[in-house]
Amino acid sequence: MTRRLGLVWLARQLGRNVPAALGALLILLLLVVSLEPRWFTERDPYRLDPVNRLLPPSATYLLGTDEMGRDIYTRIVYGTRLTLGAAVLAVALATVVGGLVGLLAGYAGGWLDEVVMRTTDVFLAFPPLVLAMAVVAALGQDLVNSVLGLAGIWWAQYARLMRSRVLEITAQEYVLGARATGVGRPRILLRHVAPNGLAPLTVKASIDMGLVVIMLSALSFMGLGAKPPIPEWGAMITTGRKYLLDYWWVPTFPGFAIFVSVLAFNLLGDWIRDVMDPRART
Amino acid sequence: MLLYVARRLAALAFVMLGMSLLMFVVAHALPGDPARVAAGGVEATTEMVRIAREQLGLDRPLAVQYLLYLGRTARGDLGRSVVTRRRIADDLLEFFPATLELTAAAVAFAGLLGVPLGILSAVRRGRLSDHVSRLAFLFGISMPVFWLGLVAILVFYAVLGLLPAGGRIDYLLTPPPHVTGFYTADSLLAGDGQRLASALRHLVLPALVLSTVSLAFIARMTRSCLLEVLGEDYVRTARAKGLREALVIYKHALRNAAVPILVTIGLQLGTLMGGAVLTETIFTWPGIGTYAVSAVENQDYPALMGFAVTFSFLYALLNVVVDVLAYRLNPRVSV
Repeated sequence: MTRRLGLVWLARQLGRNVPAALGALLILLLLVVSLEPRWFTERDPYRLDPVNRLLPPSATYLLGTDEMGRDIYTRIVYGTRLTLGAAVLAVALATVVGGLVGLLAGYAGGWLDEVVMRTTDVFLAFPPLVLAMAVVAALGQDLVNSVLGLAGIWWAQYARLMRSRVLEITAQEYVLGARATGVGRPRILLRHVAPNGLAPLTVKASIDMGLVVIMLSALSFMGLGAKPPIPEWGAMITTGRKYLLDYWWVPTFPGFAIFVSVLAFNLLGDWIRDVMDPRART
Repeated sequence: MLLYVARRLAALAFVMLGMSLLMFVVAHALPGDPARVAAGGVEATTEMVRIAREQLGLDRPLAVQYLLYLGRTARGDLGRSVVTRRRIADDLLEFFPATLELTAAAVAFAGLLGVPLGILSAVRRGRLSDHVSRLAFLFGISMPVFWLGLVAILVFYAVLGLLPAGGRIDYLLTPPPHVTGFYTADSLLAGDGQRLASALRHLVLPALVLSTVSLAFIARMTRSCLLEVLGEDYVRTARAKGLREALVIYKHALRNAAVPILVTIGLQLGTLMGGAVLTETIFTWPGIGTYAVSAVENQDYPALMGFAVTFSFLYALLNVVVDVLAYRLNPRVSV
């Protein structure tokens, strides 16, 4: 990790790994779709059209229409921002909160460290999905709440990772050197410890993205996240489920969208893990 | 050994205490009045609700309420479901065998297929089949299990007509006499071929769907455990002796990689139980997952909390058991 990773070097590495490059391209595409959905469709994701309900995929309706006559392709396009945005938000929240807590715990040590570590024990000992179900039910069924609930559970992993990095870093000579020259604690924390602890955290965040997309859509699927008519992909599967046997395209395509984007994140994440930790390469 | 078990159990007790506090806070934040629920719901008179509130200690300070909650939960009293009007503990007990049967079948699938695939890809490291298996792994972990279930129903039920779409047994058949709660085992015990065949046909699809992620994971772990062992000196010695490669792998390498592989499979049990919540919903499999999701739909919050507490406890307990077994098999494993 001490080696400085130039962007050019990184890009060249990525070019050598076809699946990872494919993943990166897909993510880039998804990013563009979420920023400018209008470039990809001219229809309205909410417009009801009962006359054209449950039409199979055709040239007019690329992926068919749903039970209200809405264009499924358009809804998936508009759902990209919601589905992936929610996941990015959840991971970012967990990273920031977990990172800060871990930083403080690792650097302060003593009872604070003990309290934080035992708290993370609780969160790590239990199944995240079930825990999230309970927490989101308490917060109220809503997409924002499912993001908050998941981040409220996921942070513990980042706190653990950050803390162990901090313990490693504070034992390094440059930190001892800084302390010996009389640099204050907050400055050491901000200038020396935090930046060096950030790399593994961002790596973990990128690897976790796929899993978080699945978890959030699973919560929506169970009725604990985005509520219809919002075109979030998990919620689209829930409402479309009833039509599976006669109108297969209604729940199938939103699920396929989840699968493809999670795969893109996993292809890239797998490669990032390899690049960042050559020892783990098998 | 005893000391290790004691330490793990103490840690479990501590973690459970923390969990109960979290669950208490969550339960407190949930909408709905538990006193009214206990008194009989909407029809209860104000007086009945007041008495229920006193009985449950809901008029006492929060700290006392927490202790009361802790006492009730420890005794297995999870309250009553708003919908079924029965004790939640009884509900869960009734639905649990179905979940366990599904999970056990999925773990069996995942282990029986995942380990050989992992061995294959370790032995052929760097060759085409290894790359293919790596991609297959990424595909496997990228598939949302609830979507895979829908697609499986579409293909195997709607298009091919090979397997049923849901339930545990044909609706024309009564369940086999209750012994273990596993329909397959109970049919077998009763010597009932018809029911056994039906139960198996219903079990195959959900178990396969549920096992995908674990299968991918187990194959991957088997591969890396085996590769690690294959780099050891004693493997080189065995090869230098001129042993056949198959013998080196099965007698020397695999035996030493067995413990971490078994632990991986054991830990997947808990993960699969979590995945079962979603799989059951898709296949209308009458387990505790379906129970929990319908509790969400019906806003039956006491039932949802009862499920979460019980499930979390079982999950944590299971992982401790696996850890202890791993320790027993290989004392070098230390935590």
